[in-house]
Amino acid sequence: MTLAKRIIPCLDVDQGRVVKGVNFVGIRDAGDPVEVAKRYNDQNADEITFLDITASHEGRGTTLEMVSRIAGEVFIPLTVGGGIRSCDDIRALLNAGADKVSINTAAVTHPEFVREAAERFGNQCIVVAIDAKRVSEEGETPRWEIFTHGGRKPTGLDAVEWAKKMAELGAGELLVTSMDRDGTKIGFDIGVTRAISDAVDVPVIASGGVGNLDHLVDGITQGHADAVLAASIFHFGEYSIDQAKQRLAEAGIEVRR
Amino acid sequence: MTIAVIDYGMGNLHSVAKALEHLTREAVIITRTPDDLRNASRVILPGQGAMRDCMGELERTELTGIVQEMLDDADKPLLGICVGQQMLQQHSKENGGIPCLSYLSGEVKRFPSDMQEDGERLKVPHMGWNHVTQHHQHPLWEGIPDNERFYFVHSYYVQASNDADVFGTVRYGDITAHVATGRDATFAVQFHPEKSAAMGLQLLANFIRWAP
Repeated sequence: MTLAKRIIPCLDVDQGRVVKGVNFVGIRDAGDPVEVAKRYNDQNADEITFLDITASHEGRGTTLEMVSRIAGEVFIPLTVGGGIRSCDDIRALLNAGADKVSINTAAVTHPEFVREAAERFGNQCIVVAIDAKRVSEEGETPRWEIFTHGGRKPTGLDAVEWAKKMAELGAGELLVTSMDRDGTKIGFDIGVTRAISDAVDVPVIASGGVGNLDHLVDGITQGHADAVLAASIFHFGEYSIDQAKQRLAEAGIEVRR
Repeated sequence: MTIAVIDYGMGNLHSVAKALEHLTREAVIITRTPDDLRNASRVILPGQGAMRDCMGELERTELTGIVQEMLDDADKPLLGICVGQQMLQQHSKENGGIPCLSYLSGEVKRFPSDMQEDGERLKVPHMGWNHVTQHHQHPLWEGIPDNERFYFVHSYYVQASNDADVFGTVRYGDITAHVATGRDATFAVQFHPEKSAAMGLQLLANFIRWAP
């Protein structure tokens, strides 16, 4: 009788289409976020995260329409991230049916925005995305910094201190992505996940680097994450969410079946 | 037949409206117009955010009296969700202490921040899928197995003072939270049925059919 650890598949969406191939048997249109979200829901995903990578401002309307369609058919929590800069952006996403929004760059350029958003919409729907990169040398005490622009731009901010500050300002949850590991498939950066999770009261989602199901287990047991997020291992049909839960359960982790 | 979601400016009303629309052909409206609320056959009281803001906005939108009226109407089923459940109680410890609607006599308290379970630190908010133990039978539990998981996200929880009002509990750390409470035509849950997959939809469908 315990709170379950969560498995969260992430969809990268560009102008209303899922990008980075999705390979499900029996899906008619693998580019349609609604079909992909429904498939994950059928596999018992605990939540769905939708990362909008649409560069153009005009593409935003399409995103809202897509969120609205998913929210009309999939009844598990839906987080939307990507390019959120104002309370109006948040309001529009929530009105479309999102349950949480994930704030990334805007939190770095304007931390007070996190407080403002949490006060207006409630902490429960404000996720702050933390993109961290290791800056210490081998052998030194590990240290991670916040990077923006897909890991290219350093900010000088210490990742653990930053995480604490975001939680204090009102983030209800932190999405911690290792920019060193993202896309590598060699597993989460356990060090940064654990350092942040142990330093804050709010739940932490581990992200970046998942290549197999044991990596998900490690994120929870060693990284102390409350939830694990992955994209490609689920998109390419290598593993289903059910299989991931099976593996977690075998490792003694409480999951929702 | 209309289901009205009470819009007093707090909370995400669209998720619950979408779930209801998925389940019924009855009209689902999001409204703060007193006559719409009076004419609705059943109503939903949602809520998200801080208690001070929720009670304050209810007052500011001049809906406190209407909500009281609907709570007293034994023919109008009302479903409270999340902070909507907490608002029905007598008092909340949030924001230094806020008087609530006092339809039920419970108190709203915060989860301690130093809870542990099997050596693991428990996070606050209590976020995710947890087992709900059914405490008394209720038409809204129909077709839902005992100890089914529902989706939660909250830092404060209801502690009822009257056992007859308690229909479901959740265990988090050493706290037993009263996550389903009600009386007469009112039922209220701390979890989000609109986000709790098939069993959450089952509870909403039960509410739509409920004839107390």
